[in-house]
Order: sequence, then C-alpha cells, then structure tokens
Amino acid sequence: MTPDPDLIRELRALLGDESVLLSAEACAPFECDALTAHRRRPEVVVLPRSAEHVMEVLRACRRHRTPVVARGAGTGLSGGALPVEGGVLLVLSRLDRILEVDPARRLARVQPGVTNLEISNAAAPHGLYYAPDPSSQVACTIGGNVAENSGGVHCLKHGLTVHNLLELRVATIEGEWITLGASTGEAPGLPLIALLTGSEGMLGVVVEVTVRLKPVPERVELLMAAFDDVRRCADAVGKVIASGIVPAGLEMMDAPAIRAAEAFARCGYPLDAEALLLCELDGLAHDVESELRAAEALLRACGAVSLRVATDAAERQRMWSGRKSAFPAIGRLAPDYFCMDGTIPRRNLADVLEGIAALSRAAGLPVANVFHAGDGNLHPLILFDAGRPGEVERAEQLGAEILELCVAAGGTVTGEHGVGVEKLGPMCSQFGADELEAFHALKRAFDPENLLNPGKAIPTLARCADYGAMRVHGGKLPFAHLPRF
Amino acid sequence: MDRDCTTELAAQARDASARGAPLRIVGGDTKDFLGRPVEGAPLVVASHRGVLRHDPAELVITARAGTPLAEIEACLAAHGQRLAFEPPHFGPGATLGGIVACGLAGPARAWSGPLRDYVLGARVLAGDGRVLRFGGEVMKNVAGYDVSRLLAGSFGVLGVLLDVSLKVLPAPPGVRTLALDLDEARALEHLAELGRGALPLSAGSWVDGRVYLRFDGSEATLDAIERRVGGEVVAGSNAFWTSLREQTHPFFSGEQALWRCTVPPQAPPLPLGEATLIEWNGLQRWYRGEPDAPVFETAAAAGGHATLFRHAPAGAEVFAPLAAPLMRLHRELKRVFDPAGVLNPGRMYAEL
Repeated sequence: MTPDPDLIRELRALLGDESVLLSAEACAPFECDALTAHRRRPEVVVLPRSAEHVMEVLRACRRHRTPVVARGAGTGLSGGALPVEGGVLLVLSRLDRILEVDPARRLARVQPGVTNLEISNAAAPHGLYYAPDPSSQVACTIGGNVAENSGGVHCLKHGLTVHNLLELRVATIEGEWITLGASTGEAPGLPLIALLTGSEGMLGVVVEVTVRLKPVPERVELLMAAFDDVRRCADAVGKVIASGIVPAGLEMMDAPAIRAAEAFARCGYPLDAEALLLCELDGLAHDVESELRAAEALLRACGAVSLRVATDAAERQRMWSGRKSAFPAIGRLAPDYFCMDGTIPRRNLADVLEGIAALSRAAGLPVANVFHAGDGNLHPLILFDAGRPGEVERAEQLGAEILELCVAAGGTVTGEHGVGVEKLGPMCSQFGADELEAFHALKRAFDPENLLNPGKAIPTLARCADYGAMRVHGGKLPFAHLPRF
Repeated sequence: MDRDCTTELAAQARDASARGAPLRIVGGDTKDFLGRPVEGAPLVVASHRGVLRHDPAELVITARAGTPLAEIEACLAAHGQRLAFEPPHFGPGATLGGIVACGLAGPARAWSGPLRDYVLGARVLAGDGRVLRFGGEVMKNVAGYDVSRLLAGSFGVLGVLLDVSLKVLPAPPGVRTLALDLDEARALEHLAELGRGALPLSAGSWVDGRVYLRFDGSEATLDAIERRVGGEVVAGSNAFWTSLREQTHPFFSGEQALWRCTVPPQAPPLPLGEATLIEWNGLQRWYRGEPDAPVFETAAAAGGHATLFRHAPAGAEVFAPLAAPLMRLHRELKRVFDPAGVLNPGRMYAEL
C-alpha cells in the first residue's frame, strides 16, 4: 500500500523534491535500524530541515490519515524506527544544529538530529559534558536518545537520558506545539517530560531538546578485578554498592566475553579469569582516592584473584576498549547474535546468570554476558547461525525465556534498548491487561487516530493472548489474566 | 501497624466513581495547605503502611504509600543511606505517598535533581478501582510508558499511590556549611560562580544578608574547599538546613502570602514582596507579600514560574497557568486514569 498521491504532492511542495525520497534505491537504506533482523522498505522518506517543516509534515499526514514513523540515526536496537506499511518515514537527521551552549546555566539546547557525542564536544571547551553515553554515542542522535530513554555505562551515578533533560519542544500529531519541562528543570503541571522520554516516538515528535551539562570530573580512576568464579564476582557488585561507593561505571564480563574482547582489542584482560569487573570512580581527587582504596580492599576481600588500576588515561582507555568493543568482538564468534537487555535487582545477579547458563545449555546455543552490573542491566548475547534451519526461532525462544527469567527475578524486559517491535511479546510477561489498556488509552490521549509509530512498544491484548498460547508450559497458561479473542 | 489496605481503598474508589462523588486523598494531612482546596469525602491512605523491601545493596526502598516518611528515613539511616532530594515533612505525620504526590524537594535539590528522578516504580489505584503497576525496582527500565515518574508531583489527580519504589543513595561521608555576609545581588553572583565549578555544593541559600553554602565530601575534600571558598564555618548547621526545609525558619512565620518562584539561577533579584529567601543556588526563591501581586507574570518574565505556596485566599489559582494544548493533554490524561473525575478534583487546576 503506497501513501496517498495527494500527500506525496503536498510533501514535495513543502520540502522540495530532493527532501522526499520515493524510489526503491533511495529508500532502501532506511529499511531497518540497528535491529537488522526486522526490515521493511519505506515507500516515502522525508528529510525536513526545520521544526516548522516537521510540524507541516505531521499536519499533512494527519489530514491524509497516514502513519508517521520518526527516525534519528537508525542506531536503535529494538526496531523502534522500523517503517510501517503505508506510512511516511520522518528522518530528523537534518535538524542537526546546536542552538545554544550556556556554560553559566550548564545547559545545551540542540535540535534532535545532533549526535550524543557532538553535545559533549561542544561543551568540552567549558569543562562540561553530557553524561549519558550509549555505546553508539558517535552516531546516535539526542532525539533518538530521548525517544528510547537511552542509557550507557555511567547510569548508576549519572542517570539515564530522563535524568539529564530539562526541556523538550514537541510537535503533536494534532498539529500543536507543546513545551514540556523548563530550562530551569522546574515546570508547573504534570511532569509530562518524563512521560515523553522513552515513549518511542508514539506520543509526539521532539524538535528541540535542552539537556543538562555536568562538569568534567576532576579525577577518574579505573580498577579492573579478575575473579575465578562468576558468583563471587556477581556478589562483589552488591558489596561495593552496599559499602557506600557509587561507581561511575561498574561493568562485568564473563569468560566467553573476556576471551572474545581480548582477542579483538588486545586490551590486557586476564584470559584465565572466569569473570571480570571494571569499576570506574570519578569525582574530586581526595574523594576518588579514598574510594579507590576502599574498593580495592573490598574486592580483594570478595575473592578477586587479581587487581589492576589503570596508571594513566591511555591505559584506562585501553582497559575500556575491550568492554566497549565487546559486542562486535563476540559477534565474530558466530554468524549472528541477538542482544538481550533485561534488568534485574542486583541481589539476583548470580542466580540469574546461572539460570541463563542453564537455558543456554538446554537450547544448545552459546550465550556470552557483558553488562552494566552496577545497574543490574544484563546484555546476554545469544550466538546462532541464521543459515541453519530453525536456529533463528530457537534463538528467539531462548531470548524470550531469558527475559521471562528477568521478570520472574523482579526485573524488566528492557533496561535501555526499548521495546520497539522486538520485545512486544515479552512485554506480555511483564504487564497485565489493565496496564496494557492504560498504555493504549494514554497513547490515544496524545494520538487519537493512532498515527504516530503505530504498533510499536505496547502489544495489543490479542497479541498477548497469542503469545501466551504459544508458550503454554505443562498445560498451564502463563497469561491467564488476559482475555482471549 | 503495617497493613495492606488495597482492597478497602479500591472499594472506596470504585464506589465513589460509580456515584460520581469526589474524594479528597489524605496521607498524614501535613500538606493540605498546598494546592487548591478539594471538596470531597476523605480517602485516608495513612493506614496502608509498611516498608516492603529495603536491601542496602540495591539502593532501592519500596514501601506502602501511607508509611511515615520518618520511618523510611530511619530505615535508610540505619544503613548509612538517605533520600538524596531531602523531602520536606511539614509535620510529623508526613507519608511517602504524600511527598511523592506533592513532588517536593529540600535544600539539596539543585545538586540532587527533583524527586521524580528517584521514582523507579509505583502501584497505583485508578479512580475507578483498577490497581495498576508501573515501573519496577530496578535502576534501568524502559518497558512501557513511564507512568510512575508522571505521578511524581501529580497531587493525586491521576491516581492514588499505593506502593512506591525510590532510588536511595549513600549519605555523604561528611558535610560542612560555610557562611558569608553578602547582599542579595552579590549573593546570587557568588552562588552562580560557585555553581559553574565542580565543587560538591549540596545546598546554597541566602537569607537575612548571609549566604549559606553546604558542601558534601570526605574531611580532606571539605578542608580543601574551606581553604578555597573562605567564610565562616557554621557549627550545628543541620538545624539551619532543617529550618529551611521544614519552613520553621522565622522567614516563613506569619500569615502573609508565601510565593515560591523557580527562575534561572542567574536571574537578578526579582522586584517582589517585602522579604526574600533564596535556595537551590538561586533557582528557588521565596517571597512574602500580597496574594494578588503579579507574581506569576514576574516569574514568567524572568524565565521561570511561580506557585502561591501558602496562605492563598479562597478561590485563587495556586499553580502557574498552563498553555491551552498542554491543559487539554492534562485533562485527557486524567480521563485515562480517573474517568469519573473523582480523585482530588481541582487540587492542581480548576478544570483538572
């Protein structure tokens, strides 16, 4: 189904022919985001250059009852920017101006197509930076970060995207401008800025973002601790945090991840370790020094077999390089992988890791673990070969089982990657029918005709009934609370 | 006595919705002065109480909404932890649900961020008796719309908080308060200057011609800061900061209207009121004066907004007006969670 020719004429008149892509070749690069397992070539891609044009695109689409999917750089990991049938793909990458950096108020006002790293670069001359740092920060846009409430390795101390936003200017599908939050961080009314953040482009299109900047820390130290036992390492995570230290980053890798990262990055990881902890501390020099001493003593007491503190910034970067390249490194071990994103209470880390290992053995598919241990945000990577018959399905099945394990452990199916199209099924294990209906009603409050990124993020009740029916174990229906259709 | 009153509360909400009879949600009844008055039968949440989970290694506490704030703070203090946003109690009966619904923060706000930054999840009673659960007990969670943070500062107009999970943080190893004598304009410049640096300034206030600066850190850090910043060390300064947080400082006494303005910290002194008290490094400013002064307009002109915090005359608007499209969204959202419009009607705005 192609969109209305009248709509296409209107879009071309508005934006100019070069900003409305229609041919198969021109539209092909937009067929997926970083979740490449799901693809759908869009029929129309528009690339507006101004907020006013974004609004006009939304108004035109609404007049023609045509769905709109907003997209930034396409680095999303859950298919949130997957084009929808008969819809317009609204690419915001040309809204790429930094409008203001105010060092006195420690804020930056930018357009949504500015990349995450560009904000920090623009703030750097003032000794400031933008704290959330998803691993795709070179490429991902701040608009995408807002849509997904993106995280990174420094969330425990420095927060997610939602903690670092001050104000959003939003175009609604009803054709109105709304300003959420305020540059002071205090606005009257309900805190709609928190609701929009992480809403996956389903409630409005963000055309301007004001972020909070933080001072670059005076001192940064990175401590690497190796363990010969996964459980001891996992338990050390909780002990560090219970001791009163809030690390800037606390990352854990298991043996397959350590070996893959070392082979890839040659970063000096101990190949005989069963688990590795990277603990970054930042702040004022005196405080970081005393925290470092405390963390070393604590990790030793927790059974670390080796401890190493990076001696300078170069070594720190080398030690981080293995962790930061872990996904591509592990990607070399198999033709394909799925990256899961469940979050669990830290106290269950060791048990859940053991549970994942058991599920992996039962499925006959290897799983490597590299994750944000400080937040309890797991990234199990399921390795498989899509070329072998049935293996994609087995990998998806294993992924769903891992996420159910996370929910059963008191956690969530997605910590920072979003639901998109990928986790619509697992959402059914986390939420009941009443919550899902409330989510749909909430979307209708913003988008009564269901035109903004329809079908993403929130499963329909019918889909959950199907998902449940597929996953009946021993005659027991896991989603008995959902009405069947 | 710890008790789960979900069933009773849900039955009351269902009944009120069926009859279209408004409910006035009450926790410890300590913040009734804040917001517009609500006519309705009291829905008392205070007996729905008890800490459900607090594992110090998780940095999370989950408790029923009626749990006294004092009990929560004691539970955290026993493990060297605290609520980093220093919520005001405004009375011994203050409850967890009350502070989250009012969305207030104390002197540390400029450093800690607002209360909603600490909300991880909530179980909430919708106006028609549905019991809904949003968010969770983990630091990172992007499954579904972030309704639990939407409830922070919602004054009960969307739902009745039943259980709330909050992120908690370790208490700092030490604090020190330094004071300097400066007039208002110089004080604002000084606070702005300090705010530009990386010093761990956890509170910055000005009252009665004196700037009070509170720093968090190890003894060595605090000594270094004291040498750098100068001023006089304030002994026993906790009492001072508590008097600001709880509004027991003499500035807050009397029956004159109390206005709260949040403006860019760099904004010059505002031409308002007969007396001024500055908090949050210049971001929050309190004024005493006439309730009909053009404070909403003055605060807006300075790039911020105002709230008529205490001693509002009958019928006055208390919160700054919202733009029409935003107000329409507020009304639509209320309909999602409170279709009969029985929960705290009018507490925030007449039409909500």
